Amino acid sequence: MAADLLRRSIDAIVIGASSGGVEAISALLPALTETMRVSIFIVLHVPRDRPSGLVELFNYKCVLPVREAQDKEPVENGTVYIAPPDYHLLLDKGPRLALSCDEPVHYSRPAIDCLFESAADIYQNRLLGIILTGGNEDGAAGLAAVKNAGGVTIVQQPDTAQMSVMPAAALKRCTPDFVLPLVDIVKFFTDLKNGF
Amino acid sequence: MNSADFEMEIELLIDAIYRKYHYDFREYAMASLKRRLRTAMLRFDCSTLSQLQDRVLHEPATFPMLLDFLTVQVSEMFRDPGYFRALREQVIPLLRTYPSLKIWVAGCSTGEEAFSLAILLREENLLERTQIYATDINVRALEMAETGIYDVDRIAGFTDNHRLSGSKTSLSDYYTAAYGKVVFDRTLKEHIVFSDHSLATDSVFSEVQLVSCRNVLIYFNRELQDRALGLFEGALCRKGFLGLGAKESVRFSAHADDFIEVARENKIFQKRGSI
Ligand SMILES: C[S@@+](CC[C@H](N)C(=O)[O-])C[C@H]1O[C@@H](n2cnc3c(N)ncnc32)[C@H](O)[C@@H]1O
Repeated sequence: MAADLLRRSIDAIVIGASSGGVEAISALLPALTETMRVSIFIVLHVPRDRPSGLVELFNYKCVLPVREAQDKEPVENGTVYIAPPDYHLLLDKGPRLALSCDEPVHYSRPAIDCLFESAADIYQNRLLGIILTGGNEDGAAGLAAVKNAGGVTIVQQPDTAQMSVMPAAALKRCTPDFVLPLVDIVKFFTDLKNGF
Repeated sequence: MNSADFEMEIELLIDAIYRKYHYDFREYAMASLKRRLRTAMLRFDCSTLSQLQDRVLHEPATFPMLLDFLTVQVSEMFRDPGYFRALREQVIPLLRTYPSLKIWVAGCSTGEEAFSLAILLREENLLERTQIYATDINVRALEMAETGIYDVDRIAGFTDNHRLSGSKTSLSDYYTAAYGKVVFDRTLKEHIVFSDHSLATDSVFSEVQLVSCRNVLIYFNRELQDRALGLFEGALCRKGFLGLGAKESVRFSAHADDFIEVARENKIFQKRGSI
């Protein structure tokens, strides 16, 4: 099913989630394979005042290297970057990673909107944006930006998400290319492999 | 809107600001600037950045307001308590050996970091011999800093941070609350001078034993970071200390060799003695 959209190449995937996100992303990551060249950026809302432990956890689930995003670091292919607690993660020309401590967006820092909007600017139609489970509306504007830039968009089907608020808000804001339960997003990843 | 066009308009706006107002944003990191300028367009009700540029050039009241979008006024007292704890444990014992102290808080925003240091120094019985220079380019932020007044609803967070910083006293010893605000003790303020200074265009103004510059370099590109770090290197005495934000480092800069790491996690560096 992904074939059409992915005849064009995808250079990067942005993923946003909040509550329930650790489980959802843990289910997605094992579908990535060593040969993938795509760069993956993840914003998961986490408590601000302690290390999230996500890097260790996700490294364990994934054959590609998983790293905490560092300010101004050049983006590498085949790498998964996680936004650190209490900083926004953005993409800048290069492409390079950029962190900022601007105000929280939707009470969240890192915010999904910041990542998605800046990634849409940099990667345009070579970007895939995915909104998963979550309890607030962060990510809706970001996904709309990905779509406007010509990128591919997926929203987790709200009634299959642990928390439906975030995917429902994204659906209200734009019509994504796909609305899928998590198992099918995993399949989508597997289908994508050839495309990359 | 086309993102290449938007970037071109940003460059034009920033050039116009530089030429008319001498504020230099030409070497700031683009991604977050872009986002803040998009927000500014909404706030000023302009559908293009060129429209906003027109107002910046022709309506004198606009630029000071825009400055609040070009700079990020987000701060907290004792933000990242581990940093202040590391200062207490690893830097204060050495600062104690100087008969008088000068400290530079660069990019002080509305004063939270400078007041935090003043409180820490008072707890360590060092404030009486200390002069803190706190600088920023946002004049409205400096004016607020000068008052030492903060909203009372921020105090709970400040108090938690202060406690986690290894404090010896209670934060409430240093302020009085009234009408939804708290006012910090005037005797702290007596040791702080707030002034307008840009890391992008101004030069060193004093020799200091400690520079604290947190969450400012993150907004600069590498060239401007090098410039700022050069100023700190120039201002610091031999073996003086430099504290940066949690996601900042001297490591990848042109000045990497001028400093040694004293607290890696907490981003405290020391200027080398001599080569
Ligand atoms: C995010 S705030 C950091 C406040 C405080 N240091 C902290 O960590 O809580 C960044 C500050 O840097 C200031 N700033 C930006 N550009 C500057 C420059 N060229 N020179 C001095 N300060 C600057 C901004 O006005 C703002 O107050």
